[in-house]
Amino acid sequence: MATSFRPRGADDLGLRRALSDRLLPLLVASMVFLAALALAGAVAAAGLARHWQGGAAALVTIQVPQPDMPAATGQGATRAEAIEAVLKADASLAARRLGTDELSVILRPWLGDEVTRLSLALPAVFEVKLAAASSGDLAAKLAQLAPGTLVEQNGVWLGRLGVLAASLQASAALALVVVAVVATAVVAIATRAGLAARRDAIEIVHGLGATDRMIARQFSGRVTLLVFVGALLGLVFAIPLLLGLARLTAPFQPGLPQAGPTADLLDALPPVLWALLPALPVAAAAIAWLTTQSTVRSWLAGLP
Amino acid sequence: MVRLDGVGLRYGGGPFVLQDLNFALQAGSFRWLLGPSGAGKTSLLRLLTLAARPSVGALNVLGVQVDRAKRRELPPLRRQIGMVFQDFRLLPHLSAFDNVALPLRLAGRPEGQVRADVGELLRWVGLSKRVAARPAALSGGEQQRVAIARAVIGRPALLLADEPTGNLDEAQAERLMQLLAELNRLGTTVVVATHNEALVQRYPSPSLLLDEGRLTLSSVAEEG
Repeated sequence: MATSFRPRGADDLGLRRALSDRLLPLLVASMVFLAALALAGAVAAAGLARHWQGGAAALVTIQVPQPDMPAATGQGATRAEAIEAVLKADASLAARRLGTDELSVILRPWLGDEVTRLSLALPAVFEVKLAAASSGDLAAKLAQLAPGTLVEQNGVWLGRLGVLAASLQASAALALVVVAVVATAVVAIATRAGLAARRDAIEIVHGLGATDRMIARQFSGRVTLLVFVGALLGLVFAIPLLLGLARLTAPFQPGLPQAGPTADLLDALPPVLWALLPALPVAAAAIAWLTTQSTVRSWLAGLP
Repeated sequence: MVRLDGVGLRYGGGPFVLQDLNFALQAGSFRWLLGPSGAGKTSLLRLLTLAARPSVGALNVLGVQVDRAKRRELPPLRRQIGMVFQDFRLLPHLSAFDNVALPLRLAGRPEGQVRADVGELLRWVGLSKRVAARPAALSGGEQQRVAIARAVIGRPALLLADEPTGNLDEAQAERLMQLLAELNRLGTTVVVATHNEALVQRYPSPSLLLDEGRLTLSSVAEEG
């Protein structure tokens, strides 16, 4: 059985006129642009979730305000020294005081690179790993030594951030699904418009013995080409924007290099995103092929 | 070749446009299909070209029981049937050559054979210098010859024509009839629907006369 009724590149049904090479690619480009943003959002949310959940649930952050003031019950020791002594004396936990450099890194996203020059009095910060998840007793004990000491159980906000990250991922996934559904609808509408415009030609070749497969293949070939070109266009516009966003959010993105004039473009986005972005035009082309085949064959089923 | 037993046709839920048709056509025969406008000639040709299926009755075309056949069985059968329309029904965006080549390409013939056969046939119908012209650039007579060439390029076993001379002057009509007669002599079964009584008298052959969807006269019913 013949599978094609024209030499390569032929256009027996006149689809080059019936299926515009402007509107459909532009619509698809817009959708792929949005899909690329949604995909980047999903990948970023997943990265943040992994980073946030990487720490132990029993991790506690202790902030001691006015660390150089004398402790309430110490013997001449400062509040920070008294707290550190208590923490190190407890064998059920592992404590570490963060250095100035570490504090600078933490504060850099909010205060910039000049943290060390600030006249602002910074608290002493301890990172503590508890054997048990509860920090209630420890908080009371430290408050006696240095009133105003904050004991933050990371597990609580880690849980909340986990929910937030999951919500962001779900929203991004939903956005991708919506884009795919809209893309399917756009392709179906364009195909139906093409079928209506070429009804006479289709009936003629159908009457001459063309199979459904032959006719559907001509439509699929044309529509898939237009969609693929449109998807590439959308990707070309999306990538610079993603690179710009990556630079802006670099301080919040674990594992990625900080923004700078020498930052390598390829390193600016997560490798998984570089792997997934090229899949968008392929996925768009697959949707176009399947939708066109389905639409055309369904329409042809109305012919004898 | 062709056999109809109690065939009726209606479009959608409308009235029957063809009713209780019973006749058979032998291979290599020539038949006129006559009747007033609205008698059902075009509908009968639609049945014979498989553009419609009978609503009732049994239709056998070239050995295939069309009323019971699956859709996928019909395209190969359509390639054995040639059809000439009054309005030519050429594809306007294709050249004369590509219009004529279409049936061969649908059948998956090698491109070399397509070029040779189409070139020869276009020479035969006197259009060897118009192969690249699109239908809009051809006269009515030239378009009809392209349509004829497309209908016969696949050497169909059954050739049907619906008012083929309707848009032609007398000389072109005469030339077309000679062409159809020649094809019939070569073994093709030909059915021609027409209002042109003068043409029927010049080429006397058995007739099928339709009136209000019924066969009122058939000199070929006994052939089956």
